[in-house]
Amino acid sequence: MFQVHVRTRINGDDTEFSCEADETLLDALRDRLGLTGAKEGCGTGDCGACSVLVDGRLVCACLMLGAEAEGCDIETVEGMADGSKLHPLQQKFLDHAALQCGVCTPGFLVAAKSLLERNDNPTEEEVRYWLAGNLCRCTGYDKIVRAVLDTAADMRKASKPKPAKAKKASAKGRVSA
Amino acid sequence: MVRVQVWGSLKPAIGGDDSVEVEGETINDLLKALSEQYPGMAEAVRRGVSVTVNGEMYANAVMVPVKPDDEVFILPKLVGG
Amino acid sequence: MNVQPDNKAMKRDFDIVGKRTPRPDGIDKVTGRARFGADMSMPGMLWGLVLRSPHAHAKIKRIDTSKAEKLNGVHAIVTSKDFGPCDDSLLDIRENVMAREKALYDGHAVAAVAAVSRSVARQALKLIKVDYQVLPHVTDVDEAMKPDAPVINDKLFTKGLDKTPKKPSNIAERFEFGHGEVEKGFKEADLVIERTFRTEATHQGYIEPHACVASMGADGRGEMWVCTQGHFMVRNTCAGLLGIDVSNLRVTASEIGGGFGGKTTVFIEPVALALSLKANRPVKMVMSREEVLRASGPTSSSSIDVKIGMKKDGTITAGDATLRYQGGAFPGSAVPYGAMACFAPYDLKNVRAIGWDVIANRPKQAAYRAPGAPMGAYAIESVIDELCRELKLDPIDVRLKNASSDGSKASYGPNFGVIGLKATLEAAKNHPHWKAKLGKNQGRGVACGFWFNFGGETSVSLNVNVDGTVGLSVGTPDIGGSRASIGNMAAEELGIPHDKVRCIIADTASLGYNDVTDGSRVTFASGMAAIQAARDAIGKLCERAAKIWGIPVDAVVWEKGHARPASPNAGKHEPLSLADIAAQAGATGGPIAGHCEINAEGAGVSFATHMVDSEVDPETGHVKILRYTVFQDAGKAVHPSYVEGQFQGGAVQGIGWALNEEYIYSKDGRLQNPGFLDYRIPVCSDLPMIDTVIVEVPNPGHPYGVRGVGETSIVPPLAAISNSVSDAAKVRMTRLPMSPPNVLKALGRI
Repeated sequence: MFQVHVRTRINGDDTEFSCEADETLLDALRDRLGLTGAKEGCGTGDCGACSVLVDGRLVCACLMLGAEAEGCDIETVEGMADGSKLHPLQQKFLDHAALQCGVCTPGFLVAAKSLLERNDNPTEEEVRYWLAGNLCRCTGYDKIVRAVLDTAADMRKASKPKPAKAKKASAKGRVSA
Repeated sequence: MVRVQVWGSLKPAIGGDDSVEVEGETINDLLKALSEQYPGMAEAVRRGVSVTVNGEMYANAVMVPVKPDDEVFILPKLVGG
Repeated sequence: MNVQPDNKAMKRDFDIVGKRTPRPDGIDKVTGRARFGADMSMPGMLWGLVLRSPHAHAKIKRIDTSKAEKLNGVHAIVTSKDFGPCDDSLLDIRENVMAREKALYDGHAVAAVAAVSRSVARQALKLIKVDYQVLPHVTDVDEAMKPDAPVINDKLFTKGLDKTPKKPSNIAERFEFGHGEVEKGFKEADLVIERTFRTEATHQGYIEPHACVASMGADGRGEMWVCTQGHFMVRNTCAGLLGIDVSNLRVTASEIGGGFGGKTTVFIEPVALALSLKANRPVKMVMSREEVLRASGPTSSSSIDVKIGMKKDGTITAGDATLRYQGGAFPGSAVPYGAMACFAPYDLKNVRAIGWDVIANRPKQAAYRAPGAPMGAYAIESVIDELCRELKLDPIDVRLKNASSDGSKASYGPNFGVIGLKATLEAAKNHPHWKAKLGKNQGRGVACGFWFNFGGETSVSLNVNVDGTVGLSVGTPDIGGSRASIGNMAAEELGIPHDKVRCIIADTASLGYNDVTDGSRVTFASGMAAIQAARDAIGKLCERAAKIWGIPVDAVVWEKGHARPASPNAGKHEPLSLADIAAQAGATGGPIAGHCEINAEGAGVSFATHMVDSEVDPETGHVKILRYTVFQDAGKAVHPSYVEGQFQGGAVQGIGWALNEEYIYSKDGRLQNPGFLDYRIPVCSDLPMIDTVIVEVPNPGHPYGVRGVGETSIVPPLAAISNSVSDAAKVRMTRLPMSPPNVLKALGRI
């Protein structure tokens, strides 16, 4: 089948790949580039296991074509840690035992990172609604929500105290079905 | 002789009662004796059963010894999730 | 084999067991490095796809694959003809993985192709022509039992009746459990309530679809990479279906993205192997979510009648239940376990549970977490709740009054050993949740649940490495953190830090046979085997120390990770650590290892009590879960975080089952909601935090007192939530799911 040549930046690296015209970004990442951290749980944008950031927006990689990634800056779970130094969310997920089987974990981490970039002081309800596009069948979400709230608290402590009220999460930040 | 109790559906297979006495020193002996004496039991045993001895469940460890005063119960073969 | 109860060990203070240590697979799973089923590729690999029946019931007159075979890039096509004779015990599996004379449900596999890419494989599927003769179908359990229902299998004659019927039907078997005389018991009651309940089929809903890579060489030797709860089961089943020697098939279990019972059997695995055999190349197959829902193994739908009698003081005088479960197109629904488990929490003089195993034109059901038990518990616990309400009795006090306890006769026959039901009820009664105030349209429900728990065949190998670290190989795939709990038990026994033990899941060529990860057995059975293997290794470590010191081995003891002289008479020797002895292993006799092969018995049953507050919106019928607390006996919580995780996960799956999830079939027998948008599992914003109380009544059958915890947690939720909603809505709910339309119907609004 006809293939499209695509130039992107993935986790900071300039990356080129060819994919079929109707191939999803998820298949291109997984099968062409060996980035299998993003998972396919449904292929219809309902489970969030394939969550990635495209130009800073949270996207289900199964709902976007590989060809549409031309010129985009893509972040996946593989790019979250800084070398051997885990992202605070990754560490908190471990500390809180916020994973059991772990297949949804990459999606939750990417989605939670996107939340905390927009809102460093989310309420429990805000966390729950932001993560409502990510399905987990093992944990009942309890420990995941705690891990995200705890990360936010730590990150606030680490940064300088802000006098103004924390910015609210934008409902437009998330693209999914 | 060991008194062996069976789950309700097997009552017809052993003549209508819910228990029967058979000779044997292990679970295997009991299942063999029951199969020989009752054709209905032979089929059930072939399809697979779980056996409890004094409340302890044995799925396929048939060499477990049994004594005359033990409580032995035959149940359908269990599966789990 | 039965490990003798070690009462001292149970009372002792543990160094590692009971601690919340980091999980060994954690870093891989938070960085995307963990390799799940679909993450594997092999050189020269083809992609396999399955053609599935669009009909619920149809005769397959002809399959024409000629056009598809000619398509460039197609390397193999298989149909039922490629699956030859096999053992009787595998016949149903053989027919389920590939339809033979008839397609038995919407989604039943009919043919499969392997091609160079997914897109070529997709094109090839479109070129396969199947001539179907559509037959009448039935998907509902009560309809399937009617005398005039379409007969799905004309060789099926009901078993378990006094007389085998002369005519075939969809009723596979009748089961009966119980003791005493229920009619006499009902006469002694002050109030008897009789109700009928219905539950819909639900799916385990694991986020990772089934996936595998199969590679069969020209030399007749094969390898498989599979996401499964039991790679030894996959090996034996695939070898049996395709006539391969078991030793010629080596299966490696991938990381597994959830199973809950749904990955205890095979679906695409033998098909991938058959394609690989034919193409002589590795074949990868990954199910889509639609395929998972249409054609893997959901649970049964059910219809249940319950009659229970109670005295004014709360004594239950008799209980009688008839459970009807459809388990898809093949016999073997979980109805016997539902019938055995439903009255198990209560010590009853007169009790009877009858189960009917029914087939219907739906996918063959697979195990789902405590298979069959949640529906039975839902019906029984609902009627007990209603009796308490009518007689103005406290539902926890009534349950305590009738609760099974140590030595009482189980409703399904034998006597219980040491059990913790009353402890969970006491914990519930004393919890602040029980006394918290409720608002308008809000209600509270409680319910109890029971599951058997298993042991089973288990093989573990423990290698002491030169630097004093330990490699621990187990054969039970880790779904929820079992590598942490098993490794910690071995470390505890050896007396070394937990991070000196690395626990891995070994492939089928590297270890003796292991039963599937099911029946809440892994932390119990693999843990027991790991403890035994550690003791085996300790024996050898002591022998080496004896050799080094030149004293008899019985003059050496093992304490806190060191060999020490047993008494001053043994001479003055500096204690040798495990690392000290390991460093000299070569010089003192070679490698040091411990092994254990057991059929683990003594699993110890498990009970739970759940408490839930809900709010019903009378306008929309929407139910909101406000507060949820799980009280469950874990025997001994080896890793409390993962025990809590099992409690929380089971409760939330139960919330989904109770409120939203259901298989919806249209009149033509096709599944209408094969996707996560319409088959709606609970999402984060639906839920509150799930509180947990771990009760520990040690299991005498395990050296550390461990009981399985994985399954019991899904048994009480359906009933607890239904009781809560009934309290909030002031009307008794008798149908699941309690989705908005069903709630509005119950409220008489539509």
